[in-house]
Amino acid sequence: MEWEVILKWLPKLMQGATLTLELTAVSVLAGLIVAIPLGIARSSKLWYVRSLPYAYIFFFRGTPLLIQLFLVYYGLAQFDVVRESALWPYLRSPFWCAIITMTLHTAAYIAEILRGAIQAIPPGEIEAARALGMSRFKTLVHIVLPRAARIGLPAYSNEVILMLKASSLASTVTLLELTGMTRTIIARNYQTVDMFLAAGAIYLIMSFVLIQGFKLLERWLRVDACQGR
Amino acid sequence: MTIDLYGFGPALAAGALMTVKLALTALCLGLVLGLLGALAKTSPFKPLRWLGGAYSTLVRGVPELLWVLLIYFGSVNLVRAIGEYIGMPDLTLSAFAAGVLALGLCFGAYATEVFRGAILAIPKGHREAGMALGLSKPRIFTKLVLPQMWRIALPGLGNLFMILMKDTALVSVIGLEEIMRQAQNAVTFAKHPFTFYMVAAVMYLGLTVLAMGTMHVLEKRAARGFVRRT
Repeated sequence: MEWEVILKWLPKLMQGATLTLELTAVSVLAGLIVAIPLGIARSSKLWYVRSLPYAYIFFFRGTPLLIQLFLVYYGLAQFDVVRESALWPYLRSPFWCAIITMTLHTAAYIAEILRGAIQAIPPGEIEAARALGMSRFKTLVHIVLPRAARIGLPAYSNEVILMLKASSLASTVTLLELTGMTRTIIARNYQTVDMFLAAGAIYLIMSFVLIQGFKLLERWLRVDACQGR
Repeated sequence: MTIDLYGFGPALAAGALMTVKLALTALCLGLVLGLLGALAKTSPFKPLRWLGGAYSTLVRGVPELLWVLLIYFGSVNLVRAIGEYIGMPDLTLSAFAAGVLALGLCFGAYATEVFRGAILAIPKGHREAGMALGLSKPRIFTKLVLPQMWRIALPGLGNLFMILMKDTALVSVIGLEEIMRQAQNAVTFAKHPFTFYMVAAVMYLGLTVLAMGTMHVLEKRAARGFVRRT
């Protein structure tokens, strides 16, 4: 190990790590927003409401993220309509493509988590809310979603860690996040093993901090207290 | 509607074959590593437990892509040293071997947790019964614990295999000619990126569906004697 080399490049690595965190944070938050309607529709009792989210989730969970990224970044340019549209400045930039793809990808997974959580709510609680005269919408907002959020939180934190690692794929579309930055540095100094190990250590630290953060959040939301009955 | 593949159909099919080969080879390595990891994590010796824990924590905390790159580009010097030692100076790690090592390593780390859960789920009484019958420790493991473990571990392993199958796309980054790489090659020659990547995506979907079907059959088989037939 050559510590001086790692120390010398540490600011650059940190710069990459910042972009990694940015990509992860934006995509898991945006993914959650997309996933809420998807998850609710997915757990519907009506087949025609259920089938479209099901197809979406099936596609995004059944294909590699790398392919999805290439479909958005390289694939969309095949269509003239896209290139002439007002969105082209965004769809041309690797940053936005990575954000869009990761959001759509993680939304599929979060929607499944949400469905599992919604179906795990004891039916008695929903019946109780309805018996108290709450409308269906009120029941959804005040009973179903807060309950589902607590049931699904541990799985959601797993998904965030997975996305932190998946963000490394953004390096394949020329983004200089932690992995991309590491490869660029290696092309300069040829310290392959040292630099990759340093990047790995930074990923480990980031996921450790995130896990601890979610533990605090679970305590704050009193997830344990809601599980045991 | 037919899709014009500009003569790249056979290449994509060959890529699919390579993907399957890679996934199955990595699966074999990963199962062995996972089983060893779980044994280490449940062993009564503290250093072994520590080793198993370190393996699953460290490997799971680092992106799969980084493992692929680290093993492929980082092993050059090491492999050359080994090659010189055994008298083969131009020994190098092929992209396939590096992919199998990286994906097997990652699969093994997750499988460690699945197997550990399965081992812990087997009632203590079964092991004690084996001991009372005078079976040796390895025999208790192979004849009592292992056959029962599969049924419990199978759903978890199935999920991990789906993830593994999709992670094989990462090995295209180091140049292995699997589905993803073949699609990239086709795009370089024939343009139409959306068409080719979509075809590749559908191929992955097909493989996933195939794996899901196989898992369903295996799980049904493993559940014989545990579910009531109607």
